[in-house]
Amino acid sequence: MYDDAKKTLDPHYHTVALLVHDEPGVLARIANLFLKRNFNISTITVGSSTIPDVSRITISFQGDDKIYEQIVKQLNKLIDVIKVSDLPKETSIFRDLALIKIRTDDVEVQNKVMNYCNAYRARIVNITPEEVIVEMVGKPDKIDAFLQLVKNNLKEIARTGITAMSRSTINFEAVKKKKDKNAPE
Amino acid sequence: MKGSEVIVKCLQKQGVKDVFGVTGGAIIPFYDTLYDYKDSIRTIMCRHEQGATHMAAGFARVTGRPGVAVSTSGPGGTNLVTGIMDAYMDSTPMIAMGGQVPTSLVGGDAFQETDMMGITMPITKHNFQITNPEKIAETIMKAFKISTQGRPGPVYIDLPKDIQNAEVNGTIPDDVHIPSYQPTIIPNPVTVKKAIELILKSERPLIIAGGGCIISGAQDDLVKFVNATFIPVSTTTMGKGIFPENHPLSLGVTGMHGEEYANYAAINADCMIAIGCRFSDRITGDLKVFAKGAKVIHADIDPSEIGKNVKVDVPIVGDAKSVLKMLLEVFVQIAGKRENKNSEWIKKLDELKEMTHAAEERDMKEMTQAKILTIFNKFKQDTDIVMTGVGQHQMFGEHYLRFKNPRTWITSGGAGTMGYGFPAALGAKVAKPDCEVYDLDGDGSFQMTIQELATAKQYNIKATPLIMNNGYLGMVRQWLELFQKKKYSGVEFESGNPDFVKVAEAYRLSGATVTRESEFLDALKQARKSDETFVVDVLVEKEENILPMLPSGKSLQQIIGGRTVFKQTWDQVK
Repeated sequence: MYDDAKKTLDPHYHTVALLVHDEPGVLARIANLFLKRNFNISTITVGSSTIPDVSRITISFQGDDKIYEQIVKQLNKLIDVIKVSDLPKETSIFRDLALIKIRTDDVEVQNKVMNYCNAYRARIVNITPEEVIVEMVGKPDKIDAFLQLVKNNLKEIARTGITAMSRSTINFEAVKKKKDKNAPE
Repeated sequence: MKGSEVIVKCLQKQGVKDVFGVTGGAIIPFYDTLYDYKDSIRTIMCRHEQGATHMAAGFARVTGRPGVAVSTSGPGGTNLVTGIMDAYMDSTPMIAMGGQVPTSLVGGDAFQETDMMGITMPITKHNFQITNPEKIAETIMKAFKISTQGRPGPVYIDLPKDIQNAEVNGTIPDDVHIPSYQPTIIPNPVTVKKAIELILKSERPLIIAGGGCIISGAQDDLVKFVNATFIPVSTTTMGKGIFPENHPLSLGVTGMHGEEYANYAAINADCMIAIGCRFSDRITGDLKVFAKGAKVIHADIDPSEIGKNVKVDVPIVGDAKSVLKMLLEVFVQIAGKRENKNSEWIKKLDELKEMTHAAEERDMKEMTQAKILTIFNKFKQDTDIVMTGVGQHQMFGEHYLRFKNPRTWITSGGAGTMGYGFPAALGAKVAKPDCEVYDLDGDGSFQMTIQELATAKQYNIKATPLIMNNGYLGMVRQWLELFQKKKYSGVEFESGNPDFVKVAEAYRLSGATVTRESEFLDALKQARKSDETFVVDVLVEKEENILPMLPSGKSLQQIIGGRTVFKQTWDQVK
């Protein structure tokens, strides 16, 4: 439980960023590809990019090198996919946003949660006598750790999934080739 | 201009002269326009949409140009699905178009509405639903480009009825650019050089030529490369015909029902050069064992095929023809004209080849498919085209028929679609009216699209079904005999089989039943003389097995039922 962070730490988890034509059904094509090739998506986020009519999708998934290579190649084959780039763990920023509803039926618990929030730089965005909603942005492992702390009082979690960016300007092709052992040099 | 007219004009621009399909409510406007253009585009109304897709595939497989299959919405569309999937598996270029309910009704479960976009997504190279009538021309031109460029495949286009009826500006672009789709055609010289270095180091090299070689038209380049390097060639089922099977270095087909010497070569090669093949399980058997002692060079236009199944030492991304051209250039540069270094290896393979052929001949019995097809092999001309259904007859054909030219042996390889043969043969005949076209079929397979006899009659398209009639779903029966102690579950057909000649006659065609071997040649001659489709129903030996065979999931070393290399039985290998 609460181990989304594995996706950025475990060597068998990979994160890739795609640039795709913003056509109807493009998300379905990607989801369908993972389904039909028996791959598993762990998280997926979609948003706009710097280019008009082009969206950026961040996908994290689990798999060994062979699966990684197949996923990248198969994604590249989709007509609507413009670019696939790896986001290596060492050189990329990973962020996740969570809204967390916590039961706080007595003052003691409420205080505890407040303290945790301070320590974790989470914000309380809603408060009622029975519960609070905490908003937290950070590395997935930080959110996991916070969830562990409050797990006995958790009512609801909504997480956006991982979005990520390479520290340097992504050299999409270079990164892809480094990972993709079968690409021509 | 009406939307449907733009579609037809696009087809014209792409050189389409025949459209295979079945009309229906949601595609009426398109057919309405086809009627006006009947002088330049022939409309062939099939009896089932599956037949239309296989006809389009047959057309595409003999020409290399996409076939066009059309249906209405809903059930019409879903009937296209088998043929689209078949084309996808065999990298056949195809434009499949389906009518759709008007855009205002899409999503509301209207009459004959179905989500064809969702259904065809996993089995097409790409699909489109046109929702803006001004984009019709661009979309159709794109579809043709996607279907034919790089590794070919089917593209489905969903055409809502109101789009077909809309008034639009009728300009058709000369070319469309798809920036996100730029396949690599010319291989990287560095990898090609590495490949040649490996080849020169090897003592027992083997080429496996796949369907990609046929698609790219690589026959001359392959023959030149082989003549320079003395490397024996086996082909996949899809590649059969790319390398002349009477060439001394031809090993025939490798894999599940391949030649024993070809599989011996695959097991013992120290360098495997696979070109335009995707290493399907039918070729490799157990992947844990396959090519373990060999360096593998794998060339394919689709990078995702490289490393997908077999671990590769030298990957080459590129079109088979360009790859072979460059391989030869680099080989000549490095090695010059060298003498035959592989002679020991070739001698061994030649010995096996001779022994195997002699043993096969010795075993041939009256009215077996092996014998019948040996007769047919002698009868057929080099330019004749043979399509097949799927099952024992297909594998007997693969084993006993020899081809010299690409695009003359055409079969449903990846999908194994029963019922493919006859409509595909009709499509081939439409494309090549001067060629004699045969459909080597089985009694089970033929009945799956038997209704297309009506299409053959109506449009006077001649293709000759040669039905290997054994009253069983023979391939499954063989599996049940070998692996399930003859527990024949669901394979007996004879008690329901029609008299196929009477069926032909019911369609006002004719045919002949062959019960004795001596009658077969007469029937073939009659069929050749006939102006229209002539059904040859051959009552063959009921429980003949196509051997050798690779039990599925086993390694090539465990092939059973052979006559020379693989004499072992199932009990010995299981």
